[in-house]
Amino acid sequence: MNEITVERRQNYLNVSYTLKSWLLTTDHKRIALLYLFSITLFFFIGAVFAGVMRLNLLTPQGDLVRAETYDTLFTMHGLTMIFFFLIPSIPGVLGNFLIPMMIGARDVAFPRLNLASWYIFMLGGLFTLTAAATGGVDTGWTFYTPYSSIYSNSNVVLTVTGIFIVGFSSILTGLNFMVTIHKMRAPGMTWFRLPLFIWSLYATSLIFILGTPVLAISLVLIGLERLFHLGIFDPRLGGDPILFQHLFWFYSHPAVYVMILPGMGVVSELIPCFSRKRIFGYHFVAFSSLSIAVIGFLVWGHHMFVSGQSVYAGMAFSALSFLVAVPSAIKVFNWTATLYRGSIAFSTPMLYAFGFIGLFTIGGLTGLFLATLGVDIHVHDTYFVIAHFHYIMVGSAVMGFLGGIHFWWPKITGRLYPEGWGRLAALIIFLGFNLTFFPQFILGYLGMPRRYHMYPPEFQALNVLSTAGASILGVGYLLPLAYLLWSLWYGKAAGANPWGATGLEWQTPSPPPTENFEVVPVVTEEPYAYSTMEAGVVREHIHQRAPV
Amino acid sequence: MSESTSINAHQFETLEQQHEAGWLGMWIFLATEVMFFGGMFAGYAVYRWSYPTAFAQASRELEVVLGATNTLVLICSSLTMALAVHAAGRGERKAIMGYLLATIALGMVFLGIKGLEYVHKFEHHLFPGSSFVFPTPFQRTAQIFFSFYFAMTGMHALHMVVGVGLLTALVIRAWRNEFTPQHHAAVEITGLYWHFVDIVWIFLFPLLYLIDRHR
Repeated sequence: MNEITVERRQNYLNVSYTLKSWLLTTDHKRIALLYLFSITLFFFIGAVFAGVMRLNLLTPQGDLVRAETYDTLFTMHGLTMIFFFLIPSIPGVLGNFLIPMMIGARDVAFPRLNLASWYIFMLGGLFTLTAAATGGVDTGWTFYTPYSSIYSNSNVVLTVTGIFIVGFSSILTGLNFMVTIHKMRAPGMTWFRLPLFIWSLYATSLIFILGTPVLAISLVLIGLERLFHLGIFDPRLGGDPILFQHLFWFYSHPAVYVMILPGMGVVSELIPCFSRKRIFGYHFVAFSSLSIAVIGFLVWGHHMFVSGQSVYAGMAFSALSFLVAVPSAIKVFNWTATLYRGSIAFSTPMLYAFGFIGLFTIGGLTGLFLATLGVDIHVHDTYFVIAHFHYIMVGSAVMGFLGGIHFWWPKITGRLYPEGWGRLAALIIFLGFNLTFFPQFILGYLGMPRRYHMYPPEFQALNVLSTAGASILGVGYLLPLAYLLWSLWYGKAAGANPWGATGLEWQTPSPPPTENFEVVPVVTEEPYAYSTMEAGVVREHIHQRAPV
Repeated sequence: MSESTSINAHQFETLEQQHEAGWLGMWIFLATEVMFFGGMFAGYAVYRWSYPTAFAQASRELEVVLGATNTLVLICSSLTMALAVHAAGRGERKAIMGYLLATIALGMVFLGIKGLEYVHKFEHHLFPGSSFVFPTPFQRTAQIFFSFYFAMTGMHALHMVVGVGLLTALVIRAWRNEFTPQHHAAVEITGLYWHFVDIVWIFLFPLLYLIDRHR
C-alpha cells in the first residue's frame, strides 16, 4: 500500500453518501450502523419511561402519575429496553460488524436476509411504538394470562404483534450468524482459533433460533385468545394460565442469556488486550458459553416458584439454576486469572470490563439467592428482583456494550474518542448505576413490592437515593453520546490497530474497505497471542506513525 | 476471475460454499420451526393428559375421511417434490416445471379440503367462542380441543400457503431456465421446507383425528 491510497483510501463509509445507499445496503458494517442508530433511539425512549417512574417514586404517595399510567410506564420500559435495545444491542451492532471481520470473511452468509432482519426489527418497533403512542399496554413485559388474554383493556394485540415481528428479526440474525460462523471462516481459522466473542455469539444465536419461536407461538396464542376467544389459557374453560408462564419463560429466561452472553464475549476480548496476555483457559471460556446456552433452557421454572408449580418441579429448577451459575463463574475466574500478572492498562474499554466483572458478580450471586426456594418466597416480586436483574441487564450487559463500542469505535469510524472523557463517563456510569440499584436490594429485602406507584413512607430515603443515582446514570449515558458524536468530526485518526490488539479485524485499515480485506487472510496462530506479538506491535506502531 | 467464482454471490469463495450455506441455513430454520410447532404440541399434550375423555369425544367430530385423504394428498406432493429435485439434478427443465406444478396442485387440493372442513366446523358451531356448542358434559373442555385444532391446523395451513408461494417462484425461475445440474440449490432447499411441512401434518393427523378411532 503506498502513501496516496492511505490518505484517500475508499472505505465502507465514504463509498457512497446517499440515503438510498444506506437504506438498501447489504454491507454487514453498514447494517451494524443502522442497528446502532435505531437501538440508541430505543434506548433513550426506554430511559424516558424509567426516568418518569423514578421521578414518581421520589414521594411515597405517588404524586406524579396515576397507578394505571405507572403500569403502562414499567411495561413499556421493559418491552423497549429488552426487545428493542438489549437483545439486539451487541448482536445487531457489534455482532454484525465484527463476525465477518473476525473470521476473515467478506460479509455474512446471507447479506440480503441481514438487511431484511433490520427492516423486520424496525417494523416490530413501529408496531410497539404505535401501541405506546395510542395508550400503551399495562400487562408488564411478561404478558401473564389471563390478565393479558381477557381482562386488560390496553393495546395488547398491537404490542404482541410488534414483539412477534421483532422475534423474527432475532431468529434470522441468529440463523445468519450460525451459518456464517460454520461456513465462512478464512483458511486456517479453526474452531479453536476463533475469538471468544464469536463463541459467545454462536451460543447467543443458538438461543435465538431455539427459544424465540416458542415466545412467538405463545404470543400468537394470546393474540388468538383475545381476538377469537380461544380457551387455551382461560381458566373458565378449564384452560391453564400457568401453561402460558411455562411457554413464556422457556424463551424469556434464555433471553436473559441472550442479553448477557454477548457482553461476556466482549469482555473476553477486552481483558487479554488490555492486560497484554493470552486468555486463561480458552477452551473453558468457549465451552462455558455453550453450556450457559444449553443449561439456560432448563431453568425457566425458577420464575414460577410461587405460581403454583409443583414443589418437586421447583426443587429441580432450583438445582438446575444453581448449575447454570457454574459456567458463569468459570468465566469470571478465567478473566481474573488472565489479569493476574498482566500489564494492565486502565483504558476506557478496560474500565467497562472491570465494571462488568464486578457488577456481574453481584448480579449473578444475588441470582443464586433467588434460585433458593425459601429465600425466593421472601423476596419474590420485590425490588430485590428488580435490583438483581438490573445488575445483570444494565450493570453487566450495558457495560459490556459500552466497553465494546469504545473498543471497536476506532475500527468502526476510523477515529479515536477523547480518552479522558471516556474514563470519566465510565466512572460516572459505574457510580450512578450502583447508587440507583444497590438501594433497591435493601428495599426489596425490607419488603417493598415491585410494580406499585406508591409505597409506605419508611422506604422514602432509599427511593430518593435510587432516583438520585438514576439522574447521575442518565448524565453518564449522555456523555458517550456527546463525545462519540464529537469524535466523528474532531477525533484523531485511529490507524489500523490503535490498541495493538490481536484479531483479524485489526489487520485491515480503519474504517475497513467494503470487502473487509484486500486479500483473504490466512490464519496461522491461536487468538490472543499477545506474548508473541509484543515486539511486532511496537515495530508496526512506529511504522504507522511515521508518515504522520 | 475464473468462471466458477462469477456465478456465486460476492461473499462466497465458491459455489459449493454457497450451496452448503443455503442448505445449513434451511436446516437451522427448520429447527426454529420445530420449536415453533413444539410450543403448540406441548400445550396439546398437557391438555390431552388433563382432559382425555373430552379430547376423545371432540376428536370424533372431525371428518376422518377428509383428513385421511389430505394425508394421502400431502404424501403424494412430497413424492412430486422429490421428483422435481431429481429432475433439477439432471437439468430437465420441462420435468422440473411439471413436477413443481403437480406439487402446487396437490398443495391447493389439500388447502381446498382443509377449507371445506373448516366450513363444516363453523356450520356445526364448533369454532371456539360465544357460539360454540358441544352438547355433552364436556362443553367447556372440548372447546380447548377445538382451540388447538384451529390453532395447529391453521398455522400448518399458513405454512402450506407460504410453501405454494415459494414453489410458484421456483416454477418461474425454472421457466426462465435458471437451473442447471450444478446450480439448483433453491429447488433442493425449498424441497426441504416442503417435506418439513408435510411431516408436521403426519403428526397432526393422528393426534387430532385418530385419538379415539380404535374403539
